[in-house]
Amino acid sequence: MSALFESNFFGIALSIFAFWIGVRINRKTGLVFCNPLIIAIVLISAVLLIFRIPYEAYNNGGAIINMFLAPATACLAVSIYSKIQILKENWLPILVGCSVGSVTSMACVYGMCRLFGLDEEMTYALIPKSVTTPIAVSIAQSHGGLVPVTVIAVIFTGILGSMFAPFLIRLFRVKNPMTAGLAIGACSHAVGTSKAIEIGETEGAMSGLAIGICGIFTVLFSLLI
Amino acid sequence: MKIIQQIGIIFGICWVSQVIESLLPISFPASVISMILVFLFLCTGLLKVDHIREKSDFLLSNMAFFFIPAGVNIINYLDILKSNAIQLIIICVVSTAVTFAATAYSIRLTIYLLNRRKEK
Repeated sequence: MSALFESNFFGIALSIFAFWIGVRINRKTGLVFCNPLIIAIVLISAVLLIFRIPYEAYNNGGAIINMFLAPATACLAVSIYSKIQILKENWLPILVGCSVGSVTSMACVYGMCRLFGLDEEMTYALIPKSVTTPIAVSIAQSHGGLVPVTVIAVIFTGILGSMFAPFLIRLFRVKNPMTAGLAIGACSHAVGTSKAIEIGETEGAMSGLAIGICGIFTVLFSLLI
Repeated sequence: MKIIQQIGIIFGICWVSQVIESLLPISFPASVISMILVFLFLCTGLLKVDHIREKSDFLLSNMAFFFIPAGVNIINYLDILKSNAIQLIIICVVSTAVTFAATAYSIRLTIYLLNRRKEK
């Protein structure tokens, strides 16, 4: 019986089915914390734990899905390129905002990890948590951080950002839509961007641009630690 | 054949990026190298968005799906997650708000300085 779970098809089929359920629930409820990825992770974890299927068996198929992360990251370039006009017109505020945002996020996380006495594996897992998952995962990996913790922290941060974006805009009295969009993208990547798109067209485009640019800045700054 | 071609272009760039990563003396992630390469190729016109449109739409619109296995790996680390849950939540909440504020204020300052220079 266990041989059946070791098939590549088991992991892939289970992942697709769980994600499909996640997307359905997300569309039905329309709630940000019903994130399809979180629902899929919880469902698959439950199936593996209940039926005592080892993670390694699931990961025979999982590794194949995981391979697509690299090409998906490469394609983020297409979304930056499609906004090249906005980038050219406002390059200075965009670059300043994204670099300051990236440094602040990393420094803030590092400081708090030290404060709470978290170990190296946790600290490096959390430092890149404000950027989009593929980039955060590769930074965590190259510094020896716990990658699964990175994935959870990145999604959680994204959900926080999209839930509190309208509140943060009011709290810090942000009137300029460009500023609001970049700030949302810098602190909560793609999940926040989906909220920024709802707030307005400029906010959405700027937030999308901040995902890729903050990602590159965070990689550059992570080379220094 | 069109889709196969697009997959070939993207996977080819990803492979070249891994070669570059292994040659670099610093630990620069291959996936980010491939992103920079694609961006440069698009800017120089070596690559047109049309050459990779369907493949990149497929990858970008289903991005979340590809993280499932990495996320499910958390079941091997549930103890660590449990014992640090409160710290993790505080770190995420505080850093999200601080990052938002820092980004917003730095942009506001930049725009203000740019406008003042224009007036002079």
